[in-house]
Amino acid sequence: MTAGGTTLSSVARLRREDVDRPVIYVGTGTCGLGAGAAAVLKAVRHALADHPRDADVVEVGCLGLCAHEPMLDVQLPGRARLCFGDATAAKAAVVVHALLDGSPWPELPLFQFRNPAVRPWDGVPFLDEHPFFASQTRWVLENCGLVDPASLEEYVARGGYESYRRVLHEWTPAALCREVERSGLRGRGGGGFLTGRKWRFALETPADQRYLICNADEGDPGAFMDRAVIEGDPYRLLEGLAIAAFGVGASKAYVYIRAEYPLAIARLEHAIARVREAGLLGQDVEGRGVALDIVIKRGAGAFVCGEETALIHSIEGKRGMPRPRPPFPAVKGLFGKPTVINNVETLANLPGLMRRGADAFAAVGTAGSKGTKVFALSGKVRRTGLVEVAMGTRLLQVVGAVGGGVPDGKAFKAVQIGGPSGGCIPASHLDTPIDYESLKALGAMMGSGGLVVMDEDNCMVDVARFFMDFIQRESCGKCIPCREGTRHMLEILEALTRHPRRESESLALERFQGVTCLEQLAGVIQDTSLCGLGQSAPNPVLSTLRWFRDEYEAHVFERRCPAGVCKELLTYSIDPDLCTGCTLCVAQCPSDAIEGEKREPHTIVRERCVACGNCVTVCRRGAVQVS
Amino acid sequence: MSRTVPSILESHPSAGRDALIPLLQEIQAEHGYIAKDSVTAVGRHLGLPASTIYGVATFYNQFRFQPLGRFHVQVCRGTACHVKGSQGVFETMQRHLGIGPGQTSRDGLFSLEVVACLGACGLAPLICVNGEFHGGVTCASVVRILDRYRAEAAA
Repeated sequence: MTAGGTTLSSVARLRREDVDRPVIYVGTGTCGLGAGAAAVLKAVRHALADHPRDADVVEVGCLGLCAHEPMLDVQLPGRARLCFGDATAAKAAVVVHALLDGSPWPELPLFQFRNPAVRPWDGVPFLDEHPFFASQTRWVLENCGLVDPASLEEYVARGGYESYRRVLHEWTPAALCREVERSGLRGRGGGGFLTGRKWRFALETPADQRYLICNADEGDPGAFMDRAVIEGDPYRLLEGLAIAAFGVGASKAYVYIRAEYPLAIARLEHAIARVREAGLLGQDVEGRGVALDIVIKRGAGAFVCGEETALIHSIEGKRGMPRPRPPFPAVKGLFGKPTVINNVETLANLPGLMRRGADAFAAVGTAGSKGTKVFALSGKVRRTGLVEVAMGTRLLQVVGAVGGGVPDGKAFKAVQIGGPSGGCIPASHLDTPIDYESLKALGAMMGSGGLVVMDEDNCMVDVARFFMDFIQRESCGKCIPCREGTRHMLEILEALTRHPRRESESLALERFQGVTCLEQLAGVIQDTSLCGLGQSAPNPVLSTLRWFRDEYEAHVFERRCPAGVCKELLTYSIDPDLCTGCTLCVAQCPSDAIEGEKREPHTIVRERCVACGNCVTVCRRGAVQVS
Repeated sequence: MSRTVPSILESHPSAGRDALIPLLQEIQAEHGYIAKDSVTAVGRHLGLPASTIYGVATFYNQFRFQPLGRFHVQVCRGTACHVKGSQGVFETMQRHLGIGPGQTSRDGLFSLEVVACLGACGLAPLICVNGEFHGGVTCASVVRILDRYRAEAAA
């Protein structure tokens, strides 16, 4: 924590409006660390070793611009905070020296933070002018990447726990449920049920004990919003959890979090300890007679535990299998008591919602979907990262303006939204506004918020197969439609992409019937599966069939993969007239599939080829041919 | 090895069924895997048949029943990694190490595990070795990364 001078008020210092001495911020979220933030941090500390009193170093969460991780921010007294992207140890050392002796910065910073209290830098764009941030509405993420996630004081200085205190002192649980319902806040985990209504059901069920569960089991591949929120601003989640527990009348709350997120768990544990010390957890919070305890439960790696009843079983120490509903968890949930399960983002919305008021919250968004939504933008897009936009923002804006479009001059093909329960949206529907109903109409769904962009090099049959493979492996096996149906759908998709030589007559027949069978099976699985995951399991296949039928037909009838992904349908060969025998491809081949004497034309051994495409990339003469 | 299974169990004297998964997690964190004896010991401690414990443990991807190699290699097979070519990376790794997913190489150095998503999709495709992330890997670079660990072990 910052120590130091007395010239600034403590609140201003905690809000980091201005600083007494230079501060260096390093983004050390999981993605920052993955990109090398640990080395940057080490370099900063090393460069400061001789001048420990000249600058402070603060570890912050993720600002969301993953494409430019690791991020290194610098703030000088009286000046706006600057952000450098793509930091390396060498760059960090140069920045620290520039900061200490006042020499010019090694490069133009990415942007500076807008702050009317201090003097801005000339010629440096502001954060809100950066294309990645310009069209975002950052409510849930407002502190992420700015504050020290370990510091409760910083969170409080930025208005944290104001909402909870007001709720405790001024609201009754029933009125709070009505207010949240009136705001139109819907579950951000995928279902989209009105949060306030869910609370009301639990509140109105007579019981001696009620539970609140925060679902942080972010199992969707391609989604990392919850992790980023917990790593970057854990107190926001805890405040939201406390507000929700008050509304539900729950005295015990669980955070069910993936074990794959060790850093998020560590930060959350620390935050819970700090909040408990501050008296915001315990038997009698703020002297209002409200009890609240928060327990962390680590998930053990099962996608199906994102489903409410499966999650409850998992906390109870059983196999994470769903059960039929009703009774809904709000009536009979954990240990048979009324239980409300809310997603991380839903809960993280609450402090802001109660601060702004239901009307201000509902003023943003569309008729049926209010507020903002956080998306994890990844895949074939220039600026990957964490994006928060108002509901109703067009997909095109997120992919194009925020994400910067598809790199390397490739053509955009589709965006996958909602993970394994969602679907692919083609270019022709990119002007769709992001809201629960519009996405559903296109055969996709909001899901938890993974947005994976695909370009012309991605095969949609392969994407469908990828999701079916995932669902089939993660199906809990309780109900037959999901267990057997998804398996059979996977087999059909595999038949479409199987090597022609390895195909028997019955498989060929299956291939020809494939598309019809897929549609039939999908209908049965949707209608008869036990839980939401099974019911939505065919979505990736149905949406790709709906928008990219031509690709399926090319696989079925012509036995070719237009995007060149389904490698059993591809053959790599070397044109002996063009090959000079430079052996570049031999060195790059991961499977030793290329043979030949130096300066003689080479050949590819098909049995060993893994179709990685390395040889195509490295060949300077274009001698490797793909067909 | 710091804490034995009985000492872990003793630190949870009045544990109920809901402590089952945390107990298994604690044992695995300490020993790297769940041994047969651990399953029966947990069963006795909680008053549950060993078959129930085993049934729960095998349901979840996290639990292993064999010891891990020195380097625990996790390959992310999330959507973002997939569209950026993690399939090829994964196949290269299998070939290079000579093991499949869930297996440990004969020299006890590498254990290969497929994970649904590591949650750092901005860096796709991604692998994680003993908690250290390597982002933006290719078929060629992944071989170099693995060889570096092998050299580290030999040193």
